[in-house]
Amino acid sequence: MRAPSGRDTVAGDVLLAVENVSLAFGGVKAVSGVSFDIRKGEIRAIIGPNGAGKTSMLNVINGFYQPQQGRITFKGKPRATMRPYEAALGGIARTFQNVALFKGMTALDNIMAGRTLKMRRGFFWQLLRLGPALAEEIEQRHRVEEIIDFLKIQHIRKIQVGKLPYGLQKRVELGRALAMEPDLLLLDEPMAGMNLEEKEDMSRFILDVNAHYGTTIALIEHDMGVVMDLSDRVLVLDHGIKIADGTPTEVQADQAVIDAYLGLSH
Amino acid sequence: MLGPILETLIGGLMTGVLYSLVALGFVLIFKASGVFNFAQGAMVLFAALSFARLSEFMPLVIAFALSVLIMIALAYAIEFLVLRHLVNQEGIILFMATLGIAYFLEGFGQTVWGSDIYKISLGLPTNPIFILESVFPGGLLIDPVELIAATICAVMVLVLAVFFQVTRVGRALRAVADDHQAAQSVGIPLNQIWLMVWAVSGLVALVAGMMWGAKLGVQFSLSLIALKALPVLILGGFTSIPGAIVGGLIVGAGEKLAEVLLAPVLIRTFDLAGGGIENWFAYVLALVFLLFRPQGLFGERIIERV
Amino acid sequence: MFYREVGQFKTSYGADQAIFPIAQDRWFVIALIAFAFLGVPLFAGQYLYTEMLIPVLILSIAAIGLNILTGYCGQLSLGSGGFMAVGAYAAYNLALRLPETNIILVFLFAGVMAMLVGLLFGLPSLRIKGFYLAVATLASQFFLEWAFARVKWFTNYAPSGSVAVSRIELFGFPIDTPAKTYIFVLAIAVVLALAAKNLVRGRIGRMWMAIRDMDIAAEIIGIRPLHAKLSAFAVSSFYIGVAGALWAFLRLGSWEPLAFDVNRSFQVLFMIIIGGLGTILGSFLGAAFIVLIPICLNQLPSWLGIAMSTAMISHIEFMLFGAIIVFFLIVEPHGLARLWAIAKEKLRLWPFPY
Repeated sequence: MRAPSGRDTVAGDVLLAVENVSLAFGGVKAVSGVSFDIRKGEIRAIIGPNGAGKTSMLNVINGFYQPQQGRITFKGKPRATMRPYEAALGGIARTFQNVALFKGMTALDNIMAGRTLKMRRGFFWQLLRLGPALAEEIEQRHRVEEIIDFLKIQHIRKIQVGKLPYGLQKRVELGRALAMEPDLLLLDEPMAGMNLEEKEDMSRFILDVNAHYGTTIALIEHDMGVVMDLSDRVLVLDHGIKIADGTPTEVQADQAVIDAYLGLSH
Repeated sequence: MLGPILETLIGGLMTGVLYSLVALGFVLIFKASGVFNFAQGAMVLFAALSFARLSEFMPLVIAFALSVLIMIALAYAIEFLVLRHLVNQEGIILFMATLGIAYFLEGFGQTVWGSDIYKISLGLPTNPIFILESVFPGGLLIDPVELIAATICAVMVLVLAVFFQVTRVGRALRAVADDHQAAQSVGIPLNQIWLMVWAVSGLVALVAGMMWGAKLGVQFSLSLIALKALPVLILGGFTSIPGAIVGGLIVGAGEKLAEVLLAPVLIRTFDLAGGGIENWFAYVLALVFLLFRPQGLFGERIIERV
Repeated sequence: MFYREVGQFKTSYGADQAIFPIAQDRWFVIALIAFAFLGVPLFAGQYLYTEMLIPVLILSIAAIGLNILTGYCGQLSLGSGGFMAVGAYAAYNLALRLPETNIILVFLFAGVMAMLVGLLFGLPSLRIKGFYLAVATLASQFFLEWAFARVKWFTNYAPSGSVAVSRIELFGFPIDTPAKTYIFVLAIAVVLALAAKNLVRGRIGRMWMAIRDMDIAAEIIGIRPLHAKLSAFAVSSFYIGVAGALWAFLRLGSWEPLAFDVNRSFQVLFMIIIGGLGTILGSFLGAAFIVLIPICLNQLPSWLGIAMSTAMISHIEFMLFGAIIVFFLIVEPHGLARLWAIAKEKLRLWPFPY
């Protein structure tokens, strides 16, 4: 892992701005009046005790839930209600807490599926699979193989993902998200259930993605060490409300944050 | 004009009650094990066949008791031979297994009991009852068999609804329906639960079979009636006992009324060779309903969490 | 030791993604197809053609269609019979009213009509899932059954409700013997199977499988469920419609709507369950299985020397079907195709145990 001296904050433009968003399920308020932004090229961590509304926040960002209130601006354009595939079209990709892979397909096919939006060739070319369709399939295979090399999963590419161990599944899921060539990558607890070695690998991948492809990353994470080392800025939620927002060192020292984690405030 | 319509309506409602009874069997098994038991229709047929044939040479009460035992034995067999091996499989696999059971039962039932049409005589009054003779000339015709079936059905519904909500066993059944693995890990004996539920469902099938059989005679087409229960379930929701009732009534009344009111219009407009709208009306109604309320009137809204 | 990949290295992605990447498989299939076209006609008799080969091939096409919808895309459908009927009656009406139309166009038309109807009844699938969708497809089944029985125009006002067609010709060449019919159907089956295989291993197939495995996640990588489900319905119905027309014209000759009732729907569903959901091979294996078992059963009493009524035979058929389906679901839910794949795996090691 990198030295804990922190990263240089990349002063990029605001990629995503969340203004005063509230989300409720029936009587349960998942998120209340949260505002923050994510700058281009940074790694933003979202942390907080369980039930703080972190996953709900990600779900709102990628269009899975519609907030009752508030506004989201992405790449300078405010969004109305949005369906997940529109978010995908716009350049947002994500991974899930409980790995959301296509269990019946191989790792290779899963990642190839991530290239769907980049594949143009129409139905009849697919039928014949000659010429343009075949060329496109092979070209996409090249790109996908780059990702497979990057994540070091060559040896499992033809295996059905349902049969893979959890850590490898998470890597395949990351690969599928990367295949979309996203502007914004949302990672929901990418390190959950991993041992130290796996966490180091995953951290390295995340940093490489950010450095190599320039992808902006927002991640939910519980491991404080990871959060401190990886992120440029940290957002802290508790019971659906923002209680801190700043660099890792600032947030670490914030009294409200400490109280929340110790369970004192509520 | 109103008279015949009312008569059709009442007749339809009665038929609807019988549909509800069959649908009830579905709901029980689905509610308790999450399995959509396609074999329910075959179970109705099998139960009816058993009862009909047994009652040919023994008193009704004994025939009934024996039929109950047969259905319990059937539940045992299904649990032991099929369900036990399919724990934790996806719903679609279990559904297809019940398809297989349905086919097997149909063949088996007719092999054992024969495939003619058999009569069930329950000693019920068969003379039609006429009501509201003062209001409509000649009165409105009511079939006493259907009336009795309706009453029995209502009683069963009440008992089952209470059972599910209140008792410990009922709670366990609901847990099993939600998640097999979780229920097992809490110590709920999956096998016994399924056995019980299939047995109760078999009983319901028996009563339904007896009622339908008394009305129509017991024959192969009885199992097709179960297919008719599917729109009932859609309207009422797959997990709701009151829903099965309401759905059954709507379907029963709806298709009879459609046949009487809508069919002549269609025949004239499209130059059709006869009616028979009943065959599809319930399904199309269910389909339209699904578009607006996929979970049915009383079913639970499925919220998908990621 | 024969079935080994030693020495077979793929030097391009194209080679890696071929339908049969292992050379032995390729040779086997080519030999099989050659045998089917050239070898079989040398010794096959009429019974083999009309009772076994032709029904299996036609129903395989229907099975491929349903497999695309249910096996690859995960949309359970009990309406196959109805869509076969659409194909059959569409072909009948076209051949009747425009008798000069080329027979290939007639069958294409059958497919297209079935596709349009399939799209219409597939629209609800966007909001409905699982068993609910199965029941919705029953709506289409019963409605179509009824329509073809009651709307007199479809049957050309035939008083009995049944219709008949005469033998067909292909570019002036009459297809009037079982052998010729067999070759014709075989050619169509091979072409359609190849097309289906191409579809399912490309972008569209992945789209379908993604919807089947986890439609929420599919949406998040940019797949539109509308697009995927409707295209599955469309392609599936096309295949089933063509199969229906072939069945009517080349297997039945004359038919009533009853030939395409809900039992037919279940028959096709059983084929893909037993054969293997989500495989093209499984469609063929399942069709063969479903067609051949009743034939064997019919012969069984005479082989065993027992007398049995036809009714009893049909009951036993039901029992056997039911038992076999349950057996397969317990032992190998992925059907005959998976058993075949496992056999090949074992063959790679043969004669060594591991």
